[in-house]
Amino acid sequence: MQNALLLSEEQLALQDTAAAFLAEFANARKPRDEDARLWRRIAELGWPAVQVPENLGGLDMGAVELALLMEEMGRRLIRSPYFASVVLAQTALLHAGGAVAQERFLPELASGEVTATLILAPGLVWAPDAIRIECRRHGDGWVMSGEAPQVLDDGSAAMAFVAARTEDGFGLFHVSANAPGVERSPLDVWDLTRPQCAWRLRNVRLDPGARVDAPGKLEVGLARTVSLAALQLAAEQVGGAAACLDMTLAYTKERVQFGRPVASFQAVKHRCAEMMVRLETARSAVRGVAASVDCQEDAQALACEVAVARVLASDAYRYCAQEAVQLHGGVGFTWEYDPQLHFKRAQWGSQWLGTASVWRERVATQLLDLA
Amino acid sequence: MNETAFRAEVAGWLARELKGEFACLRHRGGPGDEEAFPTLRKAWERKMAEGGWVGAAWPQEHGGRGLPLELQLAFHEEYVRAGGPGRMGHIGETLLAPTLIELGTPEQQRRFLPGIRAGREFWCQGYSEPGAGSDLAAITTRCWQDGDVWRVQGQKVWTSLAHESDWIFVIARSTPGSVGREGLTFLLMPLDQPGIEIQPIRQMTGEAEFNAVFFDGASTDAGCIIGKPGEGWRVAMALLGFERGASTLGQQMHFVHEMQVVVDAAIATGAAFDPTLRERIADAWIGLRALRHNALRMLAGNSGSVRPESLMYKYAWSNWHRDLGQLAMDVLGTAGDVRSEDDAVRRLQQVFFFSRADTIYAGTNEIQLNIIAERALAMPR
Repeated sequence: MQNALLLSEEQLALQDTAAAFLAEFANARKPRDEDARLWRRIAELGWPAVQVPENLGGLDMGAVELALLMEEMGRRLIRSPYFASVVLAQTALLHAGGAVAQERFLPELASGEVTATLILAPGLVWAPDAIRIECRRHGDGWVMSGEAPQVLDDGSAAMAFVAARTEDGFGLFHVSANAPGVERSPLDVWDLTRPQCAWRLRNVRLDPGARVDAPGKLEVGLARTVSLAALQLAAEQVGGAAACLDMTLAYTKERVQFGRPVASFQAVKHRCAEMMVRLETARSAVRGVAASVDCQEDAQALACEVAVARVLASDAYRYCAQEAVQLHGGVGFTWEYDPQLHFKRAQWGSQWLGTASVWRERVATQLLDLA
Repeated sequence: MNETAFRAEVAGWLARELKGEFACLRHRGGPGDEEAFPTLRKAWERKMAEGGWVGAAWPQEHGGRGLPLELQLAFHEEYVRAGGPGRMGHIGETLLAPTLIELGTPEQQRRFLPGIRAGREFWCQGYSEPGAGSDLAAITTRCWQDGDVWRVQGQKVWTSLAHESDWIFVIARSTPGSVGREGLTFLLMPLDQPGIEIQPIRQMTGEAEFNAVFFDGASTDAGCIIGKPGEGWRVAMALLGFERGASTLGQQMHFVHEMQVVVDAAIATGAAFDPTLRERIADAWIGLRALRHNALRMLAGNSGSVRPESLMYKYAWSNWHRDLGQLAMDVLGTAGDVRSEDDAVRRLQQVFFFSRADTIYAGTNEIQLNIIAERALAMPR
């Protein structure tokens, strides 16, 4: 009997390869114009194909493998379209998309030749009431208008899959970034490892095939997408939290005050130990949930399981980043040292795809209201 | 064996046996409730033994079923689901037995494992002393060889269930003048003898689950030393590894029941509508699921010597349980002030009080954090 929480030989090999590659090519401190080269290397490794079925040009792996890659990318603060294109757009196509759209878009997204992003309600939640973008029938096709003030897009996305309000409900639409009427402007974000753009859509004409959701699958598919993406964000947060602990240990073992390494002081030890407890608990949760999601059909049960990983990882990352700043002392407040990068990314990650409070309330509803 | 079939076997056995005279034991006993039906719970241990459930995690050559961790977890989950009572024999079954299997002689294994396996002999743990708590190596209880026997002089304290036990394992100083971890010896001693006196210690709950144990020239035969004289620290630490690892899995599965009691109480009292309490209840459930993920990840393949991350296991579950106790009382509100015979209220009050011990015994929170920092994170002493 295989313990789902222990990694297989192949999974360990994937993790080792990713760790070695990313240690060499980490780009958080490099100029933005090198990002495209890193993305090409990531595509050569096949990472954009991990969750895509084989018949659509993918590697047909599961949430565990994707989570291992996300964890390693989080550890190295990788700036790339991976989260937007693979974790968001591909997942939405896989779970809400029709067969035609999957065949049309997934092979090129899996190859990494082009990238995409996903636009839902603000903050990337599946909340139909909050959807402001509208799409009306126009002849055979559609015309779309509205604004998405913050989109996870570094400016390179060739397309967005946009959840929009229609005359009779909601739909998911393919919008090309260079379609007339699409205006994209980069935002001046604090977290420079996670670029964002504003998308304005003014009477964008869409062809009849632009609607990509499969009949009856939109609601359940996008809810599932948000859950699965939140799990992968949690994996990335675990990697970030691990990096915070590692750099804090390295620094406190080297920094000498009162004639001894500050890591020898109990006040410092206990804080690092607490970081490890939160980090490793979150990692156990991410691994355990990732091992079970692919066969969890029930949306509410899936959301409750994902909540475990999401809440613990989001809180652990914020905690570890904050402790890294504090335990580095003065240099922890500088631009030069890395704690600030994690501090910003931890805050970023806590607000998208539903905050920890939102996920806790999902659990509370299940336990207290639906019982 | 397939997990579904195994769960059905466990559930079927419990449905057949946990009834009649044993029905009153459902969800009773265990830490915080040890005074509930001790004699009947010992009879239940013998019933469990007849069913082959005592020592099921042990290797087959020692009379166990060699259950892998996933099936141990499945067993405990089914046991709690059926309301299985807190175990009386866990100190022998899950602490001493694995230590004997790892470090005892074949003769010691043949002598002691069958009594534990049969639910006939009950054990307690003689570690702490008035002057040796967190600093366990400061123990001063002495032992020496006297002809065919070893004798012990001194005092142990916080000895859980000594008053219900037949045997005690003791760590004592065999080399006169030695200090710290050197010169200690690990002995197995019968409790029913003139040289031993057991005095109950009344705890915060008003009950007395643990004791002071006084040794005045008490004796045991020379075959009852585990390891060599002077090597007691190594044996004691191996056992402590079990105490902080998989052995407590069964105890933690009772947390699933306690969580459900809190949820039911919140619905009954209206606490379920309080936004802050809702958030804390959700957090407790999330933490409980995480403990299960932790157990599967950290304890797999664990035989006492463990991977670095498993050093945080005990800290994680004990703090979760303590927080659940506080949450339980906040859900009860003023009703929590009053002693109650209501099963749910009594259970929640017990969790509130007794979980305060969880973060102290088997290494305090502060000691656990030191262990994590120094052993898992290699921070300098």
